[in-house]
This record gives sequence, C-alpha cells and structure tokens, in this order.
Amino acid sequence: MDCINQLAQCLSAGGMDSGLAEFISIFLGVTLTATFPLLVTILLIWVERKFAARIQDRIGPNRVGPFGLLQPLADVVKLLGKENITPQGADKPIYNFAPPLMVASVLLIWAVVPFSPYHIGSDLEIGALYTIAVASIGTLAVMMAGWASNNKYALLGAFRVVAQLISYEVPLAMAILVPVMLAGSMSMQDIVTAQYGMWFMFSAPVAAFLFFISSQAETGRAPFDLLEAESELVAGFNIEYSGMKFAMFFAGEFMHVFTNGVLMAVFFSGGWLGPFAEQAPILGAIYLLGKASVWYMLSLWLRNSVPRLRIDQMMNFNWKFLVPMSILNLVVTAFLLQVIKQAGLGPADAGNFLQNIPQTLILLLGNGFVAYVMLSWARSKGRAARAADEAKKMNAATAASVAVGD
Amino acid sequence: MVIGGLTPEAIAFGFFTILTLGGALGVVLNKNLVRGSVWLIVSLFGVAGLFVLLSAPFLAAVQVLVYIGAIGILFTFAVMLTRSMTNLRQRFTSQWWSSLIVVVLLFVVLMAGVVVPVWGNARPEDASTVVATTVDLGVALVDGNQFVLPFEVASLLLTAAMIGAIVIARQHEEE
Amino acid sequence: MVPLWMYLAVAAALFCLGTYTVLSRKNAVAVLMGVELMLNAVNLNLVAFWRFQDPLNMAGQAFTAFVLVVAAAEAAVGLAIIIAMYRSRRSVAVDDVDMLRW
Repeated sequence: MDCINQLAQCLSAGGMDSGLAEFISIFLGVTLTATFPLLVTILLIWVERKFAARIQDRIGPNRVGPFGLLQPLADVVKLLGKENITPQGADKPIYNFAPPLMVASVLLIWAVVPFSPYHIGSDLEIGALYTIAVASIGTLAVMMAGWASNNKYALLGAFRVVAQLISYEVPLAMAILVPVMLAGSMSMQDIVTAQYGMWFMFSAPVAAFLFFISSQAETGRAPFDLLEAESELVAGFNIEYSGMKFAMFFAGEFMHVFTNGVLMAVFFSGGWLGPFAEQAPILGAIYLLGKASVWYMLSLWLRNSVPRLRIDQMMNFNWKFLVPMSILNLVVTAFLLQVIKQAGLGPADAGNFLQNIPQTLILLLGNGFVAYVMLSWARSKGRAARAADEAKKMNAATAASVAVGD
Repeated sequence: MVIGGLTPEAIAFGFFTILTLGGALGVVLNKNLVRGSVWLIVSLFGVAGLFVLLSAPFLAAVQVLVYIGAIGILFTFAVMLTRSMTNLRQRFTSQWWSSLIVVVLLFVVLMAGVVVPVWGNARPEDASTVVATTVDLGVALVDGNQFVLPFEVASLLLTAAMIGAIVIARQHEEE
Repeated sequence: MVPLWMYLAVAAALFCLGTYTVLSRKNAVAVLMGVELMLNAVNLNLVAFWRFQDPLNMAGQAFTAFVLVVAAAEAAVGLAIIIAMYRSRRSVAVDDVDMLRW
C-alpha cells in the first residue's frame, strides 16, 4: 500500500485503531503544512537579501556559511537575544496578540494550497474565497499593532493600512473571480485541473496582472510600502516592536510575498501541473514551488526597482485605474464566456491543448480590448493633466515677465 | 473517534460557543472600546465557526470576510476617529438595571421555548445527511424563480448605503 | 451531531447580550456593536433551522446572506452618522443627542 499518500489506511492496516491512525495522519499533515512555509521563510530572507544586493550592485551577505547561506540563522539568534520592549501606555494584550495574528493570517492560506493531486490540506469547495477571507485578517493584525503601540507614527501607519489594504482587496477579489469563472469552481484543486489544457495566465492575462499588482499592495511592499514608509513614518505600525515580536511581523511579510507567488501559480499558471505530476506527486510540489519562485522573483524585482508612491497617487491608481479595469475585465470575460458557450467554441475536453485554442484566442482578444480601453483612457487623462499643468506654468511665466517689464 | 465521551464536533461546538458568548460578554462589559471591537470580532469569528459546523462553509467565509475584514475594522476606525470619547466616564446609562431585568426575562422566555421543545424539537438523528452545496446557493441566488429579486434589491441597498455613508461622513467644504 | 436546541440556546444568549448592549451602553459605537451581535444571533438561528429542518431548500442560507448585506449597510451608515454627530456635538454618548427633544 502507498504509505506516503495514504498514511491513515497504511497505519490502520498495520493494526492501529482507525480513529487514532486518522488523527495521526491529520496531525502530521497540519504540522507539515504549517511548518513548511516557516522554514522556507528562513531561506527566503537570504534569497531576498542576495537578490536586492545584486540589483544594487553589492555582494550581499557572504560571511556566515557558504555564500552567506547561514546568515538568516544568525539573524534569528540575534533577534532571540534582543530585549522585548513594551512601550508605556501600550494596550498590552492587543499589543502582544498582533504579531502572531499576522503570521497566522498568512499561514492559514496554506491550508488550501494544492501541492499535488493528492496532497492538499483541505480541498474546500470555497477555497478561492477562503484565501481572500483569511488574508483580510492580516489587515486587522496591522491595525491592532498600530493602535496598541500608543505611538503617533504607528497610528498613522494603521490609518494608512485601512486606506491601502482594504482598497486593494477590491481588485484582488475581482481578479480571483476570473479564474473561478473559467474553472467553474472555487475549489483550488478544480482550478488547477481546469488549467490542464491551457494556463489561465494566457486566457486571462489582465486578471493575472491585476492579481499580481494588488497582491503586491496587500503585502505592503515597495512601491506600496506606505504603511511602514521608513522615510516618513520611520517604520509605521511596527515601530515599537522589537526582538521576536518584530521578527514575527518580518517573517509574516516575507511569507506573504511567497504565498502570493504560490497563489499566482495556483490561479494562473497551473499549480502542480507538469510532466509526470500525477505519477510522482513529489514532482507536483516541485513544479508548484518552482512556478511560485518565478512570481516571487518578479515581485522582488518590482520591489527593488520602483520607488514608493505617494498616498494620493496610490489611492488614485487603485480607485481610478485598477477597480474600473477589474470590473470591465470581469464583465467582458463573463460575456465572452457565455458567447463561447452558446457558439459551442469551448473545448469539449478541457484537458486538450488544441481544443482550448479558440476559447483562449477569443478571451485574449477580450483582454486586449480591456487593456487598450483602460490604457488609452489613462493616457488621455494624463495628457489633460499635463496640459493643465503647463498652462498654469505658462501663465505664471507671463505674469512674472509682465511684472519685470513694469 | 471519541475523546472522553465527546465527539470532535461537540468539542468544536463548545470551543466556538465559548468564543461567541465570551466575545459578546467582552463587548458588553469592557471599558475601552478598541478592545470592545476586538471582542466583537472574536465573537463574530465564533459565529463563523458555528456556521462551518452547520455545513454552511460559504456563509462562514463571507462572515469572516465581511465582519472581520470590513465591519470590525470599520468599528475600530470609528472608535479611533472619536478617540477623545473612548473612555466615557460612565459605561452604562442610568437605566442599566431595568434593561438587565428586561433582558433576563427575554432570555428566560427564549430558553423556555427552546428547552420545553417548542422550536428545538428536531432530534439530531432527524437532520438529513444530504446537504445543499455552495453551488445550490449560487444557483438559488440568481434563479428567476427563487431569490433573484431579493438579490438585486440587496445590491441596490448596498449602493444606496455606500452613497449615503459618503454623503453623511463627508467633510463639508469651507463655506 | 450537536442537537438543534443547543444552537438555538447559543443564539438566544447572543441575542440577549446584544440587546443588553443596545439598551444599556452609553457610547453610540457600542450600541451599534450590540446591533451587530443581535443580527448575528438571527443569522445563527436561520442557518441552524435551515440545517435541521430543510437542508435542500436554500431559503435559510439566502436569507442569511441578505442579513449580512443589511448588517454591512447598517454598519457603514450607522458609523457615518456617529462620525457626523461627533463632528457637530463633540460627543458620541447617546444621551447627548437630544436636539429633537425639548
């Protein structure tokens, strides 16, 4: 019997009480899925620092261990040894509860990540909705931290959080609706298998773009790092945290970025799909993490090359560009899907690459239309703003020359 | 599997009940309203857990999304905006004892209805094991013969509430 | 399975706690929180009855969804009113809003 994929049956066949066997297999599964992202985070810190260093023409960590690989461990030891400070006037229970809540909100997403055809924490029928619902708890954690620190910078950070994270949840949710529509299901496993013939990033590139941008904003990283803006708010909501409590926020942020990469892989680039993934489930996990790493690197690249936005620019970008775009995209995709269904152009067998081509082409055209409309609209707006700006400057210049002439 | 005579479901029920009622008690009794909104969120999270036990996972996820992700944060935000009043000198109005009597009476009446089985007489064995899924709910919400009209009315209500909230809370321009 | 009356008892207790919050608290924000608790008790009842009486008829779940919508609308408008009130009266105590009484 397959002891790796069906541990419970394997144990009870060995003469164990069936209830206990089931409990052990569930317990092991939970422990593994919860520990794995935490362990990956340690590696991610090294990857991120090395990557940022290369982009900025530095070498990065290189002292501890080969290629500086043990640097994160040294950091952990340092953070463990630091004093845990609680500021005076802080609301202690809330102050102490916020960091674990932050980590938990990210960890909970991993419960529905499908690693292989057989390995998934729980294949909920509402998996996609679950990921949004759980991620929204992170907003609460940041809010609690900002409030409980009893510090004006922290409170300002918390106010910005409300503005930013809640606004960007709108295009995020709308973008997830597109793969859900294409797959006809909210279950993560169904979404992955529906991409057998064609990855959704090819039939819904606009949705992939929207999801990528707004998930970058959800993590609170550059160019959207307004909630901790070092140069304005010093560190925003986590200014008063030190030692392991700070490390939890830090780890939560890193894990969130990688988790977003995993979600990108699941929703838009086929999750565990790949050659021989059904036969050898371990390959599925490797494919998933490989695809996630590509998205993760892309987000690091973005982080290290784009400067921070101003708060009004960020809100304008969301409400005047991303939200209308996501609504238009949703409507166009839904309409085209119905047309395809009525015209019988949809693939008879969703797993067949060739049968998927007509549907993908039509959807791609729709996406191109959405992108063209939004971009030309944004361009005309930008042009008008620039013209108004220049007219103002011209007026000021003439006024000045008139004044000099007198 | 049975642990100490209790099924895992009963243990989960107890846990979520404690969260729900403990959180509600926190809302009633706390002095500091920011803590009060955190207690409110705890309570609503417990209700979401009870929804899962009642095999309504969609409603549980929406409960977490709407209540914790939106309403809870809205409450925290409102408390912060009206900050100078978060520690009112008196928590309760002068009629707290009369309302206590009313509420206790209400509770007794409700419990009488539940325990002397007027409403709660369905035995657990009677509950059917076939349960409608999220797909059924989705179909029902947009089916012309079922709930499409309430669905549209709800969306209209949300739009109206959104516009109303913006208009009311908007800072008036300097006049 | 946990019997129906237990869910109903929890909902009744939640409703009573919410009612008490509404009737006795001074702060208007706390009063709104009490209303949210009451709405949730109603939701719990709706879902419990749906599960135990007629789990194939979607009326219970659909109504719960509508109550959620109403709760969201109520919270948004209610808090907007409280903030407007705080701006004009510098107070969020329910006793202080007595302009219509003379």
